[in-house]
Amino acid sequence: MNEWIEVARVDDIPRQGARVVRTAAGDIAVFRTVDDEVFALLDRCPHKGGPLSQGIVHGKKVACPLHDWKIALDTGLAVAPDEGCAARFPVRVEAGRVSLMLAPEAAGLTHA
Amino acid sequence: MEKMKLVLVGNGMAGMRTLEELLKAAPDKYDITVFGDEPQPNYNRIMLSPVLAGEQTVEQIILNSREWYATHGITLHTGKRIVKIDRTRREVEADDGTRTGYDRLLLATGSKPFILPVPGADLEGVIGFRDIADVEAMIDSSSRYQHAVVIGGGLLGLEAANGLKSRGMDVSVVHIADWLLERQLDEPAARLLQRSLEARGLKFLLHKQTAELVRGESGRVCAVKFKPDPGKGEGEGESVPADLVVMAVGIRPNTALAESAGLHCDRGLRVSDTMQTVTDPRIYAVGECVNHRGTAYGLVAPLFEQAKVCANHLAEHGVGRYQGSMTSTKLKVTGIDLFSAGNFMGGEGHEEIVFQDVAGGTYKKLVLKDNKLAGAVLYGDTLDGTWYFELMRDGTNVGDYRDKLLFGRHHIGDSGAGGGDEKMRVLSMPDTAEICGCNGVCKGDIVRAIVDKKLFTLDEVRAHTKASGSCGSCTGLVETLLAATVGGDYSTAPSKKPLCGCTEHTHDEIRAAIMGNGLKSLPEAMRFLDWKTPDGCNKCRPAINYYLLCAWPIDYQDDAQSRYINERAHGNIQKDGSFSVVPRMWGGLTNQKELRAIADVAEKFRVPEMKVTGGQRIDLFGVKKEDLPAMWKDLSAAGFVSGHAYGKAMRTVKTCVGAKWCRFGTQDSTGLGVRLEQLTWGSWMPHKFKLAVSGCPRNCAEATIKDFGVVCVDSGYELHVGGNGGIKVRVTDLLCKVETEEQVLEYCAAFTQLYREEAHYLERTAPWVERVGLAHIKEKVVDDAANRQALAERFRISQLSAQVDPWKAHTEGDAVREFIPIQVAKLDVAA
Repeated sequence: MNEWIEVARVDDIPRQGARVVRTAAGDIAVFRTVDDEVFALLDRCPHKGGPLSQGIVHGKKVACPLHDWKIALDTGLAVAPDEGCAARFPVRVEAGRVSLMLAPEAAGLTHA
Repeated sequence: MEKMKLVLVGNGMAGMRTLEELLKAAPDKYDITVFGDEPQPNYNRIMLSPVLAGEQTVEQIILNSREWYATHGITLHTGKRIVKIDRTRREVEADDGTRTGYDRLLLATGSKPFILPVPGADLEGVIGFRDIADVEAMIDSSSRYQHAVVIGGGLLGLEAANGLKSRGMDVSVVHIADWLLERQLDEPAARLLQRSLEARGLKFLLHKQTAELVRGESGRVCAVKFKPDPGKGEGEGESVPADLVVMAVGIRPNTALAESAGLHCDRGLRVSDTMQTVTDPRIYAVGECVNHRGTAYGLVAPLFEQAKVCANHLAEHGVGRYQGSMTSTKLKVTGIDLFSAGNFMGGEGHEEIVFQDVAGGTYKKLVLKDNKLAGAVLYGDTLDGTWYFELMRDGTNVGDYRDKLLFGRHHIGDSGAGGGDEKMRVLSMPDTAEICGCNGVCKGDIVRAIVDKKLFTLDEVRAHTKASGSCGSCTGLVETLLAATVGGDYSTAPSKKPLCGCTEHTHDEIRAAIMGNGLKSLPEAMRFLDWKTPDGCNKCRPAINYYLLCAWPIDYQDDAQSRYINERAHGNIQKDGSFSVVPRMWGGLTNQKELRAIADVAEKFRVPEMKVTGGQRIDLFGVKKEDLPAMWKDLSAAGFVSGHAYGKAMRTVKTCVGAKWCRFGTQDSTGLGVRLEQLTWGSWMPHKFKLAVSGCPRNCAEATIKDFGVVCVDSGYELHVGGNGGIKVRVTDLLCKVETEEQVLEYCAAFTQLYREEAHYLERTAPWVERVGLAHIKEKVVDDAANRQALAERFRISQLSAQVDPWKAHTEGDAVREFIPIQVAKLDVAA
């Protein structure tokens, strides 16, 4: 499971938007920021499970569409004063192609 | 790059607030050093009165602990007074010889109590009321002595007197003017205040001038002697015993340091709108030591506004300007409700509305000029103070409800916060009482968060507790709790409210910039307006996207990624992430063929639940996002267009059956409803917008709680606007009466367009009507026929591009791609 799986071209993901990658263990939201950075989080808000992929992406954050929690795309952590964390997945972009590893990273630690 | 050095002189609320704002805006820009001459770290000076009264402790009012300074890498020197600024070497020197260099210097030296220049002013037992040391001296005196005299019947003096009284002293207040708080109150209100303070045991000596403070045998003050009263012709002035004298006759900006450094001072240290001293742009100043455009402020709200502007400049985000504040006053004496703001004395060209109930202890006076509120004094019942303050700030024309104005927001069909009685109740509620019904936040949670997290503003309380952050109907209650907890002179209404944290600009300023400078895209608008974030946030992007769309209906390219998901997916997102779909049924009319088509679609896509909506349409629940395009395709083929039940848009026209069937019907209400819906459908609005047409005054379509409602009568059509059936019910205002259907359509188009062009994004018609006043709307839509036609024409033009069915446009091609998830076949994912 620690292998890269190509899921899409960067251009398949709307800038300041996201696409959903459906996996057996649940949906993963793959985000593209205004600067074309790509991040992947479990598509569940740590608050009440809202689909983060449907939120408005701004800077390196997404606003959950259900109750407006802001989640940092690079760490998966909820923006203070809210507390919580969405699981992150490793992402690689090569030659305009996006690959994921389907095993979540440790919550918010390594890149925090 | 080496960091710049910032030195703050004055470890008080204004200076520290500036640092907090600066750390938010540019955390790594400066090496910061703070000098304060008091031994404590930054504390909440406005809470000294409750400390004196024994309601709070010194520990409770500390705002920034020593750990806080350490965590943020700030060097803190307490108990050191800066005695010299060397502007040439850019260095400050403290009284213990400590020298520190600076690139930027921030002076926040505050103010000093003014000590009357009378004999004996330097005796032991004579103090001001300014800092913790003064409070400690007062508490100490109260345990050892009996007689206290407070000189000065202003806000500070009365708070000191109340505190000393509650510490068991015998307190007299000496005041030179004819009534107390003459700068905040008129005479009738002041008399009521005096009466209730006397009932607590305070004594008042009005119209008295202090001649001398008499020295007792121990060397401590023993009495206050007055000048002879010229009216009574007495030879010698009387005197009262005094073991403690508190001077509270006013404050003076503390500018000695600035003056010694050659900085221009004139009733305060003179600063520009960017909070830089006019003499030396490397030196900034904020707080009570400052004179900005001729005014020195002493309340916390304006000082925090100054702090924000100053921090933005220090961070080199230099867009903000401080343009002065309007202030209001409340007295921090538990159990006494008093509010005053603006020009409350009236005068030439002003009118007064007064309510006075001496026995009941209530007095209200509103001062109007040209149908706008110019000032207010409230005593006994101050619940509407915030509202009056907003009306003053916004310059709202109150002509239409002058007769009800005095009775408060509650009585004019409030569209926002909860009613006055509820506010009154909130203070006596138990901690377990639920304040915010949306987010389940109790009173105790809110009060604890305000105290523990040192919150000062409504936004901060919302961020930490979520209270009033959803539907907003408990905003008034939360503000009441905030005011009661933080202290009296917390002010709820900033002079200028930015759209969001990404900008200093208000909604109106942004719209004006878009129109005035021909800005035609989001990036262009953000660049032009010096946005602080690279691509905005989920508050400002949808707002600007709407403003651009409204300003340039023909050539603006809508930005889907700046829309909330409902408007991107043309459905309502539900709690499980599925969507609900509402096909449009014109005027609520339907037929067998349409119903059959809806049933077929529901069956095909296994819709788990269907429901009739409040707006007379059929809602299909539980639709998966990836099924939306195919579903739309089928509905589209059956002749349906989107019902826009999801958007900040024109929603539905609700109708009753009208003259065609109903024996009471006066006009064809369904037919008119269909025409209105055909006119307005597809239109994007600042917020949702609902219409209704009732065929007679029995009003079965409930037209008088809609944004635009028509009530048919035998002789024509009554047009009603600004109603709301939601959070807070608001009955419409009657706009006018017209005679023909054509006129209804024209007035509707004109009113709708005026709302589209003037309301703030996410402001319903009800609060908009209250903000701008019905008179303004009548003037634009009813009285001025040419303007009405121009508005209607602009609406017609905007509808050309808006009335494209989004369902039809989204059933194929690239637009569909986003709805379809990417499938990954691998099954061995970590669970």
